[in-house]
Amino acid sequence: MQLKKITFKINSKEITIEVDVRESLLDVLRNKLHMTGVKKGCSVGECGACTVLIDNVAFDTCIYLAVWADGKEIRTIEGEAKEGKLSKVQQSFLDEAAVQCGFCTPGFVMSTTEMLESGKVFSKEQIKKELSGHMCRCTGYHNIMLAAEKALQPAKEHGSECTGKCHK
Amino acid sequence: MYDIIAYEEASCIEEAIKLLVANPNATLISGGSDVLIKLHEGRMQDAHLISIHGIKELSGVSMLEDETIVIGSGTSFSKISKHPIVQQFIPVLGEAVDMIGGPQIRNIGTIGGNICNGVTSADSASTLFAFNARLEIQGPDGVRTVLIKEFYKGPGKVDLQHEEILTTIFITPDNYRGYGGHYIKYAMRNAMDIATLGCVALCKVKGINQIEDFRLALGVAAPIPMRCTETEQLIKGENFTEELIEKVGKTALKEVNPRTSWRASKDFRLQLVEELSKRAFRQAFKNAGGEQ
Ligand SMILES: Cc1cc2nc3c(=O)[nH]c(=O)nc-3n(C[C@@H](O)[C@@H](O)[C@H](O)COP(=O)(O)OP(=O)(O)OC[C@H]3O[C@@H](n4cnc5c(N)ncnc54)[C@H](O)[C@@H]3O)c2cc1C
Ligand code: FES
Ligand code: FES
Repeated sequence: MQLKKITFKINSKEITIEVDVRESLLDVLRNKLHMTGVKKGCSVGECGACTVLIDNVAFDTCIYLAVWADGKEIRTIEGEAKEGKLSKVQQSFLDEAAVQCGFCTPGFVMSTTEMLESGKVFSKEQIKKELSGHMCRCTGYHNIMLAAEKALQPAKEHGSECTGKCHK
Repeated sequence: MYDIIAYEEASCIEEAIKLLVANPNATLISGGSDVLIKLHEGRMQDAHLISIHGIKELSGVSMLEDETIVIGSGTSFSKISKHPIVQQFIPVLGEAVDMIGGPQIRNIGTIGGNICNGVTSADSASTLFAFNARLEIQGPDGVRTVLIKEFYKGPGKVDLQHEEILTTIFITPDNYRGYGGHYIKYAMRNAMDIATLGCVALCKVKGINQIEDFRLALGVAAPIPMRCTETEQLIKGENFTEELIEKVGKTALKEVNPRTSWRASKDFRLQLVEELSKRAFRQAFKNAGGEQ
């Protein structure tokens, strides 16, 4: 067994841990750091359930060696709600009932968060493309699209938040 | 856990080569989107990995003084498609790699890994064939370069010794300047699917509709990616007409050698070769500024 000491930021907190070189980042996040919001769906990069942001870019952690996390900044779903308040993306998923069993949701939320923070405007087709690395076995994607569109809606000029009424 | 018995991380190219020389059974890992899948599926066991992941000098796109485009082998697909040099001068390569897997795969997978695995369906390969890309390979004895068409030796086999690393991909200006291009990936799904057939056309137009140069490259139409050189010769110098488009499709058919796989039958792939060659030609002609 070969161990390696690595230091990285997880949801803004810096930690140093010893990881086994055979471990994926997914295994370390779930089994050592108990971040069980990072889901293991397929283990081969097909489903996106294990998606986190590494230096603010979406990666599948199942095909990412844990040792590569050294020096990186990692964000998981556990760090998205701040002081008991859901992030804009999380709230949109709730408002649009885009969650059924919830297994795929953390991954979708992290990818949508990357899109939101890019500041870019996305067409419906572009949203579909950006979320195409995620699989959902329950919702049929319709409400997930509504949630992502809602979260990514450009802020109104006068600064008022979207009320969500536009979908009704 | 992955079936890894040893793991070493190289911080530069020279160190990676030294590690390869010292470990005759070791495997290079860059993005890992092939290697880790093989390990997971048990197609590779007891791996001794040498990681070149994160070696800065292997990643990035730049341009030399003579306008040769330089792509580091460790550049991820998303960095390639988002790069201004790619978007301005060789947009078709950006478009091709933007069809790989999904966003997360494009963030981790590298263009070097995509061609070093020697797979015919690699979405970057056919476009690199069309651009006559030259590959720089570094080993213990120094640096050598090889044209991409000579790099592919057979399915899963490339011209790379155990101690060698693909460092750089070069595309010279005579191979991209003035060309319009178009890549078509045919797959069962729009994302997260391997190509049933990949087809790229590059076209250079003289006047409004004379084909000054034409290149057609295909993936999954043969055991390795290929150029349709006979078709290219026939088309060069001709004026663009509907008959010429038909000729592209019919001649390409004579050059290819696809097989039946669980994804598609040989007959279906032949149908795709004919149809996609025509469509890619038409669009590349338009993108090159040609008018019918
Ligand atoms: C879910 C999923 C979907 C995918 N979809 C597509 C798709 O649509 N189209 C497509 O073309 N591919 C697809 N792929 C495969 C694609 O991601 C890989 O081919 C990728 O490009 C390999 O690059 P890597 O750096 O991740 O490779 P690695 O796994 O690190 O390496 C691949 C091979 O190349 C060797 N190698 C890597 N870099 C070098 C180098 N610099 N010098 C010498 N040898 C080297 C390694 O030793 C290994 O044998 C998909 C993969 C997954 C997991
Ligand atoms: S578990 Fe990582 S992509 Fe499915
Ligand atoms: S809500 Fe169940 S998998 Fe998406």
